[in-house]
Amino acid sequence: MVKVHFRGSEIETPGKMTVRELMKSLGLNPQSVLAVVDGNLVSNETRLSDQGEIKLISVISGG
Amino acid sequence: MGVHRCRKCAAQSVIYMPQHRLALCAEHFLAWVEKSTLDFIAKHHMFEPLDRVLVAVSGGKDSLSLWRILLKSGFQADGLYIDLGIDAGGAYSKRSGEYVRKFWRTFAPESQLHVLDLASLYGKTVPEMAGRRAGGRKKLCSICGLVKRHEMNRVARELGYQVMVTGHNLDDEAAVLFGNTLRWDVEYLLRQAPVLPAEESGLAGKAKPLARFYERETAAYAIVSNIDYIEDECPFSKGATSLRHKEVLNSMENGSPGTKLQFYHSFLRARKKGIFPGYERPVLQACPKCAQATGIPGLCAFCRLTTDAEKSIGEEIL
Ligand code: SF4
Ligand SMILES: [Zn+2]
Ligand SMILES: [Zn+2]
Repeated sequence: MVKVHFRGSEIETPGKMTVRELMKSLGLNPQSVLAVVDGNLVSNETRLSDQGEIKLISVISGG
Repeated sequence: MGVHRCRKCAAQSVIYMPQHRLALCAEHFLAWVEKSTLDFIAKHHMFEPLDRVLVAVSGGKDSLSLWRILLKSGFQADGLYIDLGIDAGGAYSKRSGEYVRKFWRTFAPESQLHVLDLASLYGKTVPEMAGRRAGGRKKLCSICGLVKRHEMNRVARELGYQVMVTGHNLDDEAAVLFGNTLRWDVEYLLRQAPVLPAEESGLAGKAKPLARFYERETAAYAIVSNIDYIEDECPFSKGATSLRHKEVLNSMENGSPGTKLQFYHSFLRARKKGIFPGYERPVLQACPKCAQATGIPGLCAFCRLTTDAEKSIGEEIL
């Protein structure tokens, strides 16, 4: 399982996919989120490691 | 799709930008953003190396990244933080101000940070100026925008800055353009530009050096630079039209990369060629109280707002 942090909540999801696939599976537009692993930005093509953790950051600001 | 390698050094990339078909590692991404910003500043004659620049900082990713880029590039850039007094149960303005101060201590200790607290200056926060019962979020945001514009102008002029810069990115600009185009609001369309030169009528020069970057890239710049910024939005931005426009544009972008870029750049080109010929800008006059340019006779909207504190002002003015 991969632990996903997004907007203050935590989601567990089966691993073995790319960051882009993860975003899509959560219904997120890859244009509007970035992924960070261990404090480092990772590209959407990165393959997640099972039992890893990832933080998704929304990049859209409004107002 | 395999992992993209950095185009410059073939190391593993941290970002791929489909609209440029460009993948870069952390180091080369920072260099690319910084160089592109300098090129954009020069191309639009935003300001010169010796100008004093005032950066309007909100605590968000865009404005803090902008300040960082300008300082790294050797500009004399100071910060201006306007405390709007927005709380809404989450101490939003207070927390934003803390991010700004943290940035200042970490990345800009040699620069000045001007902090302007509306409540102590004018006796009212932005939500209070908008009035408690009066008119909802839309009106609050237009009063907020009015106050920010006025105060940035005032500080820039009083303290002798040549230019005032904001962190608007391409998504911000494209969303505004989208809205203006849906309404065919010619006056706004003609005024939308990455740079507005100083006018005699009491307005400081204004520039948006990040207007060529997608929001994703300014956020990536902040993350890669280890800039701590406020991730959550102003509580009043929920449901804003501009956010919906951004979503629409992003879903188009997802299907065909480069859509936003092209939309904005084609507009700038058309604007330069003189779209809407024969249309004349309204004549501006100086406000008798604050001397800033205004399109209406008598006191400007800001002075009416702050002078006539008792009334629920927004109604007639905005
Ligand atoms: S969303 Fe918040 S910061 Fe932005 S204009 Fe509205 S009140 Fe002001
Ligand atoms: Zn590289
Ligand atoms: Zn005035």
